[in-house]
Amino acid sequence: MRWLCFIRPGDGLLILLAAVGVAASFPLLWQGGRGERAVIRQEGRIFMEVALLEAREILVPGPLGMTRIAVEKGRARVAADPGPRQYCVRQGWLERAGDIAICAPNRVSLTIVGNHAPYDSLNY
Amino acid sequence: MSETMRPMIPSTIEFKVDADDLRIARLAAAAVGLALVDAAIPLPLPGVKPGLANIVVLLVLARYGWQSAAWVSGLRVVASSLLLGQFLAPGFFLSLAGAVCSLAALAFVRFLPARGFGLVSWSLIASFAHITGQVLLARLWLVPHDGVFRLAPIFALAALIFGVINGLVACRLQQELKVNASLTGRA
Repeated sequence: MRWLCFIRPGDGLLILLAAVGVAASFPLLWQGGRGERAVIRQEGRIFMEVALLEAREILVPGPLGMTRIAVEKGRARVAADPGPRQYCVRQGWLERAGDIAICAPNRVSLTIVGNHAPYDSLNY
Repeated sequence: MSETMRPMIPSTIEFKVDADDLRIARLAAAAVGLALVDAAIPLPLPGVKPGLANIVVLLVLARYGWQSAAWVSGLRVVASSLLLGQFLAPGFFLSLAGAVCSLAALAFVRFLPARGFGLVSWSLIASFAHITGQVLLARLWLVPHDGVFRLAPIFALAALIFGVINGLVACRLQQELKVNASLTGRA
C-alpha cells in the first residue's frame, strides 16, 4: 500500500494507543448506571429495599396472591406473578438503574436504583 | 494595489493587503470549500463528520506555522457557518469549540520529534482535541447531563478513523506539493 509509507513509527504508536483507548472506552462508558439496590413497592408503598449483593427470593403479597421476586448479584427480576398477562415476568432480568417492572394487577413494582438518581422517564 | 483597482470615489478606509493575507485568504477558501463538502456527506449521527477542512489546516501548519493555521481555521469556522446558515447556532459554537481545542493542541505538536511523528500524529492529536472540546461544550451547555458521555466512545472512534484518514491525505498532498515545487524550481 502506497499510503502506509506516510505512517512514521511514532504515528503508528499513537494510532495504536488511540485505538486501545477507544476500545477501552466502549465498555467503561456503556455500562454506566449500574444498579445497586432493588426497591419493591406494594400499593405504592415501599415494601422492601434489597441490595443487589447476593441471591435471594422475596415474596410480596398482593390482592391476587404472591408475587415472587428473585434477586441476584447485580440484577433482579419478577420470577412469578399471579397477574393474567405476565408482562412484568416477561421483562426478565433488570440490571440498570432506572429499570422497572410493574405487575399492575397485583399492585407490585420492582425498581432498580443506582447511586445517582437517573431521570424518571415514566413520570417526567 | 495598482491604479486601475482604485474605486471611482476614493474611500477613506483602505486595507493594505500583503502577500500573507492573500495566501491565508486563498487557503481559508479551500478550507471552506472542504467544509461545505463535509456538510454534504450524509452520516448517521449528528456530530460525526470527516472534518476534511482540517487537512488544509494541517498543511498550513506544516508549511506556514501555527499563526497562519489559526487564521485559516478561524476563518473557516466563521465563513462556512455563514454559508450553511449556521452562524451563531449551536452547531457554530460546537465547531468553534472544536477548532479552538484542536488549535490549542496543535500549538504543541512542533515539539514532537519530526523523525518519528508526522502529519498523521498531528491529525490524530487535533481530531481528539476537537472531539474533546465539542463533547465538553455539549455537556456544559447543550445537554447538561452526563448521558452525553455515553456517546463519547462513538465520537472517539470517529476521531480515530477520520484523524488517520485526514492525516494520510495531508501527507499525500504535502508530498505532491513538494514534487510540484521541485518541478517548477521553487523551494
